[in-house]
Amino acid sequence: MRILDDGQTRANEGPAARGDRLGTALGWFSVGLGTAEIATPGAITRIVGVDNSATNRLISRTLCGARELAAGIGIFGDERPGRWLWGRVGGDAIDLSLLTAGVYRHRHEPTRLARLLFATGSVIGVTVLDVIAARRHVGPRHVSGHTARARATTTVRRTPEDLYRRWHDFDALPTFMYHLDSVHTTNGTSHWKAKGPAGTKIEWDAEIVDDRPDELIAWRSVKGSKVHNAGTVRFLPAPGDRGTEVHVDLQYDIPGGTPGYAVAKLFGEEPSQQITDDLRRFKQLMETGEVVRSEGSPTGARNAVHLLGQHPAQPLG
Amino acid sequence: MRANCWLGRGEVEIQEVPDPKILNSRDAIVRISKTAICGSDLHLFNGFVPTMMKGDVLGHEFMGEVVEVGHDVETLRIGDRVVVPFPIACGRCNTCLAGDFSLCENSNPNAALAEKILGHAPAGIFGYSHMLGGFPGGQAEYARVPFADVGPIKIEDDLPDERVLFLSDILPTGYMGAEFCDITPGDVIAVWGAGPVGQFAVASAFLLGAERVIVIDRFPYRLEMARDNSGAQTLNYEETDVREALLELTGGRGPDACIDAVGLEAHHASPAAYSYDRAKQVARLETDRPFALREAIRNCKNGGIVSVIGVYGGFVDKFPMGSLMNRGLTLRAGQCHVQRYLRPLLDRIRGGEIDPSFVITHRLNLDDAPEGFATFKNKEDECVKVVLTP
Ligand SMILES: NC(=O)c1ccc[n+]([C@@H]2O[C@H](COP(=O)([O-])OP(=O)(O)OC[C@H]3O[C@@H](n4cnc5c(N)ncnc54)[C@H](O)[C@@H]3O)[C@@H](O)[C@H]2O)c1
Ligand SMILES: [Zn+2]
Ligand SMILES: [Zn+2]
Repeated sequence: MRILDDGQTRANEGPAARGDRLGTALGWFSVGLGTAEIATPGAITRIVGVDNSATNRLISRTLCGARELAAGIGIFGDERPGRWLWGRVGGDAIDLSLLTAGVYRHRHEPTRLARLLFATGSVIGVTVLDVIAARRHVGPRHVSGHTARARATTTVRRTPEDLYRRWHDFDALPTFMYHLDSVHTTNGTSHWKAKGPAGTKIEWDAEIVDDRPDELIAWRSVKGSKVHNAGTVRFLPAPGDRGTEVHVDLQYDIPGGTPGYAVAKLFGEEPSQQITDDLRRFKQLMETGEVVRSEGSPTGARNAVHLLGQHPAQPLG
Repeated sequence: MRANCWLGRGEVEIQEVPDPKILNSRDAIVRISKTAICGSDLHLFNGFVPTMMKGDVLGHEFMGEVVEVGHDVETLRIGDRVVVPFPIACGRCNTCLAGDFSLCENSNPNAALAEKILGHAPAGIFGYSHMLGGFPGGQAEYARVPFADVGPIKIEDDLPDERVLFLSDILPTGYMGAEFCDITPGDVIAVWGAGPVGQFAVASAFLLGAERVIVIDRFPYRLEMARDNSGAQTLNYEETDVREALLELTGGRGPDACIDAVGLEAHHASPAAYSYDRAKQVARLETDRPFALREAIRNCKNGGIVSVIGVYGGFVDKFPMGSLMNRGLTLRAGQCHVQRYLRPLLDRIRGGEIDPSFVITHRLNLDDAPEGFATFKNKEDECVKVVLTP
């Protein structure tokens, strides 16, 4: 299954190939710093000016080191380094909050304070660079104004007809679209209730704007909705005897705009990941009859990019 | 029930955990009669497989009696004796229908996690990390078996457990490794690793018509087992120069196909070479130590086949791509598509062509699983295969 963020350069090239020296430099910076934070957390805590305590070393190793490394590897390895650059911005926010806490704690110790302030200044500098680089990659094209677009696709071994019919039953969408609480259709329009980022609830009314049997369904929130969004699902016969390709394309308002998007991503609520998970469950439903559950993921595919939110793989009590 | 749980690197413990429940309508619950420890479990035990969580129940080689079935399981009844394949497969996606069960498109709820690490996601596997589904394993009294109408094979005659248990993994795995080699008359096959998987790769290569099979390891008792049970020629890589010996044994051609039945925790006779990759592994600059794989590639004859059934988890360094490309080698790999081989291999067992129980050296109670892990890991007490009875 693949996600394509719209407006992104299609070429599968890393930042270096695109001649983006800033992105490349930040990538190497991430790898270097991450390695140092993991390998020599003692030295890092000393340079920064906080206690070389077990807790601080652990924070350096896990929260900072692993994150930097992941961002560094992501910037080089990912087809869409912009995502990782925004991840770096989120990471900078973590660093700044940790450093601020440090500054406060050591406000009466001049040497430490000086080191901490120096580190804070450096991180602010890096944050500025990160924002510039990230905006270059995803910036206005990925997220224009406050609207983002996400696409996901999968192949299901069923006819376009079967899939069209199942999807068209909007009221049943929540069985595989977990961020939806309910959809109720009454003559032509439907009322949608959904979970927003960070525990918020959102509601809107939607109407079908295009409907081609066995081929395509397009919907959009009606004028005056608080949360503007629109979606299209297309069903295309896959080549050979491979079933049907399902392509979903969504546009949605991002509460908080680009920074809100970056923060939501840090907490695993990135909409494109949600659609991918939705499609995975849709495929399971159509091919196997049910959403597949494991004890580690008892509700089925969901937020699975993180180990957070997993139960141990033990029978449920 | 009691279950063998992973607590962290190098630590497992028998714990009391809840009994499994049906979660999907095609599930069955199996009361386990026999289960085993696999070389793959050692990779988890030694902390080389990412996305393990404290408390995960281990084990993916098990068999037993069906005690409960979901309402959509029509092929099994309560009381049936079954062997359960380690990959979980839906049987209805394109990949399953093509017979590639260990790559099922639907059985891994955590596919997103695996996609991050591997690019695309393989099937779910019992007791094998969250990236491979987060399914509890079979080193326990009971297990929930998803898609029970597809995977488990019923054993209807009185073949003892010990003869059919290894249909769950290592027998089909060794067999697939040999099948990858497209063996034709006169072929000489070299197998790295004389563990349980290597033993079955050797035996299968003979079943599939190999002229000669050469097995490479450093434990004399394992080499002897391959020689005595299957008629393999043996090379102890701590005593012999493997390259020279292989040239000598194949008239300078090199083996027609090479099987890597070692995987990511390979050893090396030279301490310097070992330390190089071990250090990189510790520093997490590479995750896997590919000594056997490098050697298999370099020694394979021009245009030959390299069959990789030893498990790798992430990245390897100094991969001899030039040798592979310029000499036109074919690389084949995979977690075993066990479901594909169950029926034909059961027939071979029934027909007396192979008795897989020859690899068993240790029979322990489930409660002694932690001790079994230590013995198997350290290859103490001439250990080849540990079977546990709950
Ligand atoms: N592909 C699959 O579906 C599948 C299934 C089961 C097991 N496996 C994998 O197969 C591998 C072997 O499993 P096992 O149960 O036999 O484990 P094992 O640990 O008992 O056997 C490994 C053997 O390799 C030998 N060895 C180590 N370094 C070597 C080297 N450089 N050259 C030659 N031999 C070397 C060891 O001495 C040992 O005897 C593991 O990686 C396991 O994860 C794969
Ligand atoms: Zn195994
Ligand atoms: Zn499948």
